[in-house]
Amino acid sequence: MSTTLAQSRHFAYRALLSLWRQPWWIAVTLIQPIVWLVLFGALFKSVTQIPGFAGDDFTQFIAPGVIVMTAFFSAGWAGMGLLNDMQAGVVDRFLVTPASRSAQLIGRTAQGAVTVIVQSLIIVGLALLLGASFPGGVIGILVLLLVAVLLAVAVAALSYALALASGKEETVIAVMNFFMLPLTFLSTSFQQKQLMPDWMQTVTDLNPLNWGIEAARSATLDVPVDLSAGGGADWGEIGLRAGGLVVLALACLWVTNRAFRAYQRQV
Amino acid sequence: MSTTTTTAPPGAPDRPLAIDARGLIKRYGDVEALRGLDLQVPAGTVFGLLGPNGAGKSTTVKILTTLAAPTGGSATVAGADILRESGAVRRRIGVVSQASGTDKALTGRENLVLQGRIHGMGKAEARERADELLTRLRLDDARDRVVSGYSGGMQRRVDIATALMHRPQVLFLDEPTTGLDPEIRADLWQVVRELADDGMTVLLTTHYLEEADQLAAELAIVDRGRVVAKGTPAALKAELRGDAIVVELAAPAPEGLDVEALLRDAAGGLGEITVDGPTIRARVDRGAGATPQVLQALEARQLAVASITLSRPSLDDVYLRCTGRAFSAADQAGAAAPAGRGGRDATRSAPSPVAASEESR
Repeated sequence: MSTTLAQSRHFAYRALLSLWRQPWWIAVTLIQPIVWLVLFGALFKSVTQIPGFAGDDFTQFIAPGVIVMTAFFSAGWAGMGLLNDMQAGVVDRFLVTPASRSAQLIGRTAQGAVTVIVQSLIIVGLALLLGASFPGGVIGILVLLLVAVLLAVAVAALSYALALASGKEETVIAVMNFFMLPLTFLSTSFQQKQLMPDWMQTVTDLNPLNWGIEAARSATLDVPVDLSAGGGADWGEIGLRAGGLVVLALACLWVTNRAFRAYQRQV
Repeated sequence: MSTTTTTAPPGAPDRPLAIDARGLIKRYGDVEALRGLDLQVPAGTVFGLLGPNGAGKSTTVKILTTLAAPTGGSATVAGADILRESGAVRRRIGVVSQASGTDKALTGRENLVLQGRIHGMGKAEARERADELLTRLRLDDARDRVVSGYSGGMQRRVDIATALMHRPQVLFLDEPTTGLDPEIRADLWQVVRELADDGMTVLLTTHYLEEADQLAAELAIVDRGRVVAKGTPAALKAELRGDAIVVELAAPAPEGLDVEALLRDAAGGLGEITVDGPTIRARVDRGAGATPQVLQALEARQLAVASITLSRPSLDDVYLRCTGRAFSAADQAGAAAPAGRGGRDATRSAPSPVAASEESR
């Protein structure tokens, strides 16, 4: 186990170094969440005017959502990097070293986690600059980072599984495109739940992206998960959602490990 | 399909085997990539696995390097069983796959150090070993440049250096020169020769007859998932006994004229005579002696000769004899019909193999 972890570290370092050499990728990764925050902050600003909307600072309301969403999106494309490595023979080269399959997977996923943390902190900083405040303080921010990473791990794992199973970019792109936007709008990223139709509230409750957003928002803004109720952060509800994400991430990693094994069987 | 076996070269009858594969079978769905492949590679030699595209060479390498599991059969590599002791096998082998496997976003040195670290080397040790190999493979000047900017030959040398990081006992080179320019191939041959001088066991797969002839101390010819001939290149060619004579007539011989009988009577020892339109092929023990007699006999029957060539047996002839088809034809057929995922190698663009006829010496 300790060797697996040591080897994972080498794989994570390699993946980060690879990314670091792609300035365009870095630029886009950093600019995109800024666009979300500024653009949607301005576009949907009047949402706060709708009767029943709790609170009045829209930037503050969407900032935790944008962070979790960004983690969700960038993790969705994780499979593309893996495909690239599969085609270049990098994956196979690692498979004939003493390093385990899990070490390769953990290393890649760890790289994704680091990316998500950096992105999230940048958005937090930007939101602060735009006048938002996070009453939940450091603890709130840590919870935000935790749920963002958990969600990213789960989604990245599924993206890897797709890449391993299909071996095709088109499949990863199609499936991710199919899920990303609908899941985003079936969440409370831009809209509060009490303002949604009933059926949509039900779907939203089952959406893991929304678990992350609600937990992050409750912790950072020190508000209850149910925004129409008064009071501070609701730790029981936050724990429930974070726990759900832990279970989901583990399940997804298990699926990916299976897909990796199946991939090797047909090499 | 006959199997030709030659005796081991003299002076080393009991060399330990670096690779010992017995009855390897690999199926991808309905496609049978390997059909009972046997392979014994003595330690300390460059061993060539020669065969056309899709013959099963890469599949063999994948199985022997523990990347893929065989459907049947067994093998030991560097003394460890590929199925039960795959971890030990992986620690003792270096692999250069066809698809390179080097991370092109990293520098040459970073790739090497990473490989060393994955193999459990300490940071300082990995750096020292990387620098040593970069110097040895003449990559000093490029060590801190990103691999994507390397030339094709330099990329191949980084691939090899990476595979050597942990001082493997057996090195696998899967079609190392496919798609490379002739000068670069010559350069890589030099690298392989240097490894051989150091006593490294190298299993080299290739579909270039010339490459096998140049580099391999011993070789096995693989066709349709099986070894059809093995031995030293010289022994394999010697088995063919004699030289090949190819006569091109200005026009095909008239109907009713038995060219075969004509030539058999004209020169003693002429065998394996085939007539294909204007082309006549035959084998003879001493080609130089038989040539004038062949020409005389043909001219006596008013058959104008456009050209006559005499060549020493080549590996192409060996292949033709073992499989009943010409190597270049098999190679193109294999490239056109890749076998399942395992035939991925065959989909890589490959230049036409060196024309075997140019190999005559």
